[in-house]
Parts: sequence; C-alpha cells; structure tokens
Amino acid sequence: MRVNGVEIEDTFAEAFKMWGTRLIITARNAKWAMKAATKMTGFATSVIGCKCEAGIEGEIAETPDGRPGLSVLLFTPSKKDLAKRLVERVGQCVMTCPTTACFNGLVSPEQVAVGGQLRYFGDGFQISKLWDGRRFWRIPVMEGEFLVEERFGIQSSVGGGNFLILGEDADATLEAAERAVEVMEQVPGIILPFPGGVVRSGSKTSSKYKFLHASTNDAFCPTLRGLVETELAPEVNCVLEIVIDGLDVAAVEEATRVGIRAASIPGIRRISAGNYGGTLGQYQIHLHRVLEG
Amino acid sequence: MEKITLRLKEPVTVPLEAEVISPDTFQGKTRAEIEGLPVYCGNEEGRLGDFFAVQGAGGREMVLEGDLSRVKQIGAGMTQGRISIYGDAGMHLGATMRGGEIIVHGNASDWVGAEMAGGMICIQGNAGHGLGGAYRGSVRGMNRGLIMVGGDAGNEVGNAMRRGVIVVQGNTGDFTGAFMIAGTIIALGRLGDRAGAGMKRGTIVAFHRLQLLPTFRYDCTYKPTFLRLLLIGLRARGVDIGDAYLEGQYLRYSGDLTTLGKGEILIWEGA
Repeated sequence: MRVNGVEIEDTFAEAFKMWGTRLIITARNAKWAMKAATKMTGFATSVIGCKCEAGIEGEIAETPDGRPGLSVLLFTPSKKDLAKRLVERVGQCVMTCPTTACFNGLVSPEQVAVGGQLRYFGDGFQISKLWDGRRFWRIPVMEGEFLVEERFGIQSSVGGGNFLILGEDADATLEAAERAVEVMEQVPGIILPFPGGVVRSGSKTSSKYKFLHASTNDAFCPTLRGLVETELAPEVNCVLEIVIDGLDVAAVEEATRVGIRAASIPGIRRISAGNYGGTLGQYQIHLHRVLEG
Repeated sequence: MEKITLRLKEPVTVPLEAEVISPDTFQGKTRAEIEGLPVYCGNEEGRLGDFFAVQGAGGREMVLEGDLSRVKQIGAGMTQGRISIYGDAGMHLGATMRGGEIIVHGNASDWVGAEMAGGMICIQGNAGHGLGGAYRGSVRGMNRGLIMVGGDAGNEVGNAMRRGVIVVQGNTGDFTGAFMIAGTIIALGRLGDRAGAGMKRGTIVAFHRLQLLPTFRYDCTYKPTFLRLLLIGLRARGVDIGDAYLEGQYLRYSGDLTTLGKGEILIWEGA
C-alpha cells in the first residue's frame, strides 16, 4: 500500500492493555491550568521508567467550575498503580499549583479515590460537598482552597500504539513527525506521551547486559546499518516513532490513521510499526486495515 | 410514561392527610384503585376519589390541580417519578422523600422537604417554615437532595440539615441554617436574624449584608472555587445567578464557635 507515494508496510503495531483515566484541571486562567497540567504530565513518557504515561489531551470548552481548563490522560499497567500515580501527581503537581481545581473527566463504573485520599492533607479542616451525586473536597491551603473531586473514573485502555516513520534524512523525518503529531493531537481520547509526541530512541525487549530489559532498537538505527541485521533500506537515514496511548482502541486506530496520512510526505520512504510478533500485546493495530477503514 | 391527573373537586376547609399521593403508591394501580386509596379529612376517613377527579392511571408522572394548600404530605416519602402541582401545596410536601421530583407552580406551606434524603423539590412561589429542616425532636433534617424556592421562605430553613442544597431566591426568615450539621444553603435574598446559630459544619451563602452572631469569626476574603461549581449547576437548573456572583469575592466567617465552629457563612463582597 502507498499513501502519497510513501510505502506503508503490511504490519501491525502491538499495543497493550493498560488502565486509563481522564482528569480535568481548571485554574483562574489558561496559563495556570497549563502549568499544572504540564507538571502533572512531566516525566511520564513510558511506564518502563516513569511508572505511568500521561499527556495533555486538550483544552476543555466547558469545565465544571466554568474556568479555563485542560483535560489530561494518565495510563498505568494496573488499577492499583493508577490510583497511586493519581494521588501522587494530583497531590504534588495540581494541589500545589496556584488557583487550580481538579475534577474527574471520565464517567465509568470503576473508580479510584483521589480527593478521598488527598483530603487528609486538610488535617481535619477539609470540607466535603456533595453535588449532583458527586463528592468534592475543599482542602484549605495557604492560597485559599484546593477543590478536588473524591473519585475518578478509570477504564481499561490501550497503551503502546505506534508507527515508525522512515525517512531519507533527519529534516524530512522530523517534518513528517511534526505534521503527524499536529493532526493526531486533535483526536479525542488519546495522548502522545513522548516529547513533542515523538520518540527517537525506540527500544527492543532485550539487551546484552543482564541488568537491562530493554535496549536500543538496533535494527532501526541508521548508524548500525553496517553492523547488525538492519530493517532499513539504503536510502533511509533517520527513523522516528510516534507512540499512542488511548482510552479505547478505536481512538488509537483513528490517531494512527490520521497520523500516517499526515506523515506521508516527500522524503519519507516507508512507514512501519513496532511489534513483538504478536506474542506480547493484547491489541494488534494493522496499518493497512486502519488506513482502509 | 403514563400520566395521571388529579383535580381537586372543591376546596377543602380542614386539612386533608394525603400521603398516598405519591408515584410510589400510584404506580401499577388502575384509576378505580387510585380513587379508593384512603385519606383522612380531619379525623374522618375517606377515599381519594371523594376529593379528587382522577384522570389516567398509575404512573411515574403526576399532575395535581387546584388549591391544595390544605392537602398535606403530598409526595411524602416518595422515591421516584415526578409530581407537578398547579396551585398551592399544603404542609409536609415531599417530607422524607428519597428520590424523584416535585414542582409546585404556586406556594407551599411549612415543612417542605423536611428530613428528605434525596430528590428535588422546586417551589416557584413562597415556602413556609421548616424548609428542609428537622422535625421537633429529630437529630437531623434534610440529608441529600435539592430544594429550590423561587420566592421567600419562612423561619428555620435547613434546620439541622445534614447534607443537600437549599436555594431560596427570595428572603428567608430567622434561624436559617440553625444547628446545621453540613450541607449548603444559598440565600439569594435577605436573611433573617440569627443565621447559622449553633451550626457545626455546613455552608450558608449570603448575597446581602446581614447581622452575624458574635460567635462567628472573620477568616478571609476570597473566591471559593466550589461555589462557582454550585452556582453554575444552579444556573443550569434555571436559578437566576448573575456573573457578578460567579466572579465575585466572598467574605468567609467561621462558626458557630459555641459549637464545633467548622461551619461557614460566605457573604458576597458586593453585598
């Protein structure tokens, strides 16, 4: 298959079951909402090293308190981890940020306590408010009050959707990746957890070193073309990967579809995807099927 | 949804105890069965059909018409459905209700929503005393739910309430929020004397200056975020909330210090 003359490899991205949630962070203005969301989603590129994957989903037009706000998605391998990471990150990155409030943004029968844990910071002066069947906690802080919802919805989600952009040079490949990210970020229900949505250091699940479980994806490293069994055609000199986490597989597939189309520009030779032969992940996102859909 | 209409045949001069007027009681009953439901007019037992012309059969949607100001306990204890009243309603409307909606296109008497535990009551006119409050001798009043009054309310609004929200768009009488345990009272009109007397926790929001009890202590002037959440929600339900209330600052007073002192009275700074 070709899109705009770019070869789309007949392969699939192998994605994994994760647990995800959506938070809504509001603040007095967009600047402070963004500051809290940026902190909250910092150091959250991969569960391998960061314990969670998180990103800003987008701006929210109508927030619960009517102030400017952003939605943030956060993913972990297990429910238990998700509860822990939420409490840590909302407590350390949102509660600490001036003027913010934090609300559940995912309606789901499965929920974890967030405000219900953070309330203890109020040292007995916290105030509970029940409204519309939802409980909120008002935690007194030096600036005034931090408002946080007691419970946040969680759901089974998809992590590790991906595709690889194989380009003739670094400039064209980065341009393709940027174009892909720009359109993918418009898809609701997904985040691209890596810097700018792009990964340059894709990994394989093995290493010559016993203490490492993952190491550089040498088959896609242009500098190792002469040393290893390469996946790169002679004219490919740069590879970038885009990793996608989503609240459901449909969102990940949609992001993949629009992303590949946007990345198919002159200077790109092939678009592929990372997988482990289908042996590890619960989801297979076939590039051809997604593009034909 | 099946709809049933009850029209008062002629005004009653003595109170009519009619707690059977509830979607829970009516559901699944035929018109004849509904007409045969027992009511007490004073101390005399009668049938609902003696006083009301019934149209339709049992269902979750009920419409009541006429001057029901002496018809007591309408919707008391109900858990579901909707009652729309075109006229005035008598005492104990929706008392101890746990779910459903009551909408009164007129005034309501005392003890509206007393000790209710869920659901919503909307009075477009005025309400009497004891709105959402605790009955004499009870430990707590309203415990969840929402009461909205378009006009004025009497004394002891939200007396000993434990949870829930009461909104009064007109003026309220004395002892509003007295002995509150928790919950929220929003008084868009003027508050009477001794608001929050004996309150342990809970919130009273005032939009006019008021004479506070000396056992309330000033904390700060700020913009409580939770209040925006609440006011926006009320605006969506048709309560007239101006932008100035959303954006404004509020003076926070803690009290009542004769008790736990973890209650608060928020006074809009623009008052």
